[in-house]
Amino acid sequence: MGMRKVAVVGAGMTRFVRRALETPKELAYEAAKMALDSCELKLKDVDGVVVGSAVDAFDGFHMKGEYLSDGAGGWRKPFIRHSVGGATGVFSCIHGWMHVASGLFDVCLVLAEEKMSPCQPHPQGAFLTVYDAILERPLGLNLTWIVPQEMNLYMIRNGYRSEDVARVAVKNKRNALDHPAAMMGEELTVQDVVNSEVISWPVHRLDISGTADGATAVVLASEEVAKRITNKPVWVDGVGYNLDTWYWTSRDLAYPVYVEKAARMAYEMAGIKEPQKEIHIAEPYDPFTFKELQNLEALLLADQGKAAQLLAERVFDRDGRMPVCPSGGLLGVGNPIAAAALMKVAEVFWQLRGEAGKRQVPGNPKTGLAQAWGDMMQAGTVVILKI
Amino acid sequence: MSLLERISKNIQLRSWEGEFPVQYLYTFGVAGERFFRQIKENAKILGARCPQCQITFVPPSLYCERCFERTEDWVEVGHKGEVYTFTVCYRGMDGLPKNPPSVLALVKMLGAEGGFVHRIGEIDPQEIKIGMKVEAVFKPQAQRKGSILDIQYFRPAEK
Amino acid sequence: MDKSVQLKGTAIRESDIKEGKVLSTQWVPKAQYAWDTGVAIGRFLEELKGGKIIGMKCARCRRIMIPPRMFCELCYQPCREWVYLQDWGTVRSFCVSHLRWDASRMKDPFLPSVIELEGSTKGMGFFHLTGEIDPKDMKIGLKVKAVWKDARERTGAITDIRYFKPV
Repeated sequence: MGMRKVAVVGAGMTRFVRRALETPKELAYEAAKMALDSCELKLKDVDGVVVGSAVDAFDGFHMKGEYLSDGAGGWRKPFIRHSVGGATGVFSCIHGWMHVASGLFDVCLVLAEEKMSPCQPHPQGAFLTVYDAILERPLGLNLTWIVPQEMNLYMIRNGYRSEDVARVAVKNKRNALDHPAAMMGEELTVQDVVNSEVISWPVHRLDISGTADGATAVVLASEEVAKRITNKPVWVDGVGYNLDTWYWTSRDLAYPVYVEKAARMAYEMAGIKEPQKEIHIAEPYDPFTFKELQNLEALLLADQGKAAQLLAERVFDRDGRMPVCPSGGLLGVGNPIAAAALMKVAEVFWQLRGEAGKRQVPGNPKTGLAQAWGDMMQAGTVVILKI
Repeated sequence: MSLLERISKNIQLRSWEGEFPVQYLYTFGVAGERFFRQIKENAKILGARCPQCQITFVPPSLYCERCFERTEDWVEVGHKGEVYTFTVCYRGMDGLPKNPPSVLALVKMLGAEGGFVHRIGEIDPQEIKIGMKVEAVFKPQAQRKGSILDIQYFRPAEK
Repeated sequence: MDKSVQLKGTAIRESDIKEGKVLSTQWVPKAQYAWDTGVAIGRFLEELKGGKIIGMKCARCRRIMIPPRMFCELCYQPCREWVYLQDWGTVRSFCVSHLRWDASRMKDPFLPSVIELEGSTKGMGFFHLTGEIDPKDMKIGLKVKAVWKDARERTGAITDIRYFKPV
């Protein structure tokens, strides 16, 4: 296609915390500095900066990309901020990839940040601004009124019970105990999850990830530069992104077809014909427990209706055949929206390089996939990395 | 076929009214917390210095935006500054006339890069000039909260 | 990136702010809006005031769309064929929510639902609330009918329908 090869050569992140003292600028700086230090680059080596952040209404700064730009190394550099809601963090990698693959930059710093805590009385209130002002907000529509409907239909369509889906929280929160940034790592049983407070049936409190403040950064480089910087470049082999209709009531809520389309776009680019065999580790988006399973099926990494069974058979455990969310995911590490999805990309990066410490999956994985979902719940973004 | 339709009777115009009901509670950050503590407790204005670029940032930042190194040296920049630019506002945010008009300036603190947009007080609006030396006037300590408003205004400084 | 790596990020608590251990500032935005309803929704609301529900048909894919739109987003064609729908239909999805928009809890839950109205195309859902039913009895496939406000109380709003109740 005439595009250059691009590699991830460094990554960094802050802790994810419910409320951070740091401003969005400072969060951005800590993640960006760590990412640059990790590959021994200085700011002057960076040709351009790409920032992903989901919703201005959380941080309470409009044009928040420009606001935190100096913390992201953007001073007097080509700079752009994008948003695709929850799908942002994975798109951040794609957006950065575009800048390098096209030949425009040799080195691109990608930063994803979210500070949700300033929004009062609760960050969830900011989601109010996403829905139709005329037909939906007056009825009180909020995020926890839509996603549980998806969960309801998804579980019925596939014959899953709450216990089947709750296992995702058990796995991810346990995985997160080994992640230095994690906010919600803990040992739980399926019963703990199913017995937790019913927020919006069928969603229980422990089925949901927590809002948070945090930032993640990765450094992308062209092939020639990447090979000079590191002897372990992680190549961006495939990218995919897709957007479905905004009219969520006319979508098939049980199956996110836009995630499948994004996945196919990425698989085609990466030359992957049998994803279930060729993808060694996966970080699908898991803001709610059922989402991990639903996304795995839409990513064609599990047959429809089979993901829960594979989960129960421990296929998705860190030492299973295809580890899923070895980081601990959003459920375990936390969910500062854009930063959380880029954290998944960073996790695949560290795993493929054998640098994930106690979270390391055995067997020298070579190819990994990270995926995110969001916007008006209609965007799918996918990145495939290969070492 | 055009999508736009002409409406000739204004009673046919329809709009739906609403608002964003969220509010904000901002913390000042690692650098800002220290900066505003000193303003609140000691009426001191601090800057942060980048040893590499030889620049003192006011308000202080955790890092230098130019070279991306941490700014470990914090310094007091005193209360004096210089009017970099100014404007005189004759109308308020509500659109009503202001009497007297208010003088706003970007005050660069002496010896530092950057400064504050703040009010200039104890001055006839006709007299404000670029380059004028000004000094900060703080509220009494009991009234200071850790806010930019702990500085009431800047006033022309004695030479 | 092992567990032992010390990452930056300083956790603070709400109580730290309340007790003044951490300084803060508040802002209450005065963000008020008057959104133009647009041609399609303008008519939709007008019809609600008259106690009717109207949709739009796409001449190309023949979907009868609700809410009505001036163009079909699948075919990317303008649409002009208005079609009245019935005010009863089938629940296609629902949840039982104890959470308000600001994350505060409600003891008596709401029943947000996607309803397929009679007269619209299969799969074309419409968001509203179901009421007058024990949450335990809610199920997909339930037949429901709109409960309207009195004609005098209707203003041309989605809330002119109070909720849908089982028939």
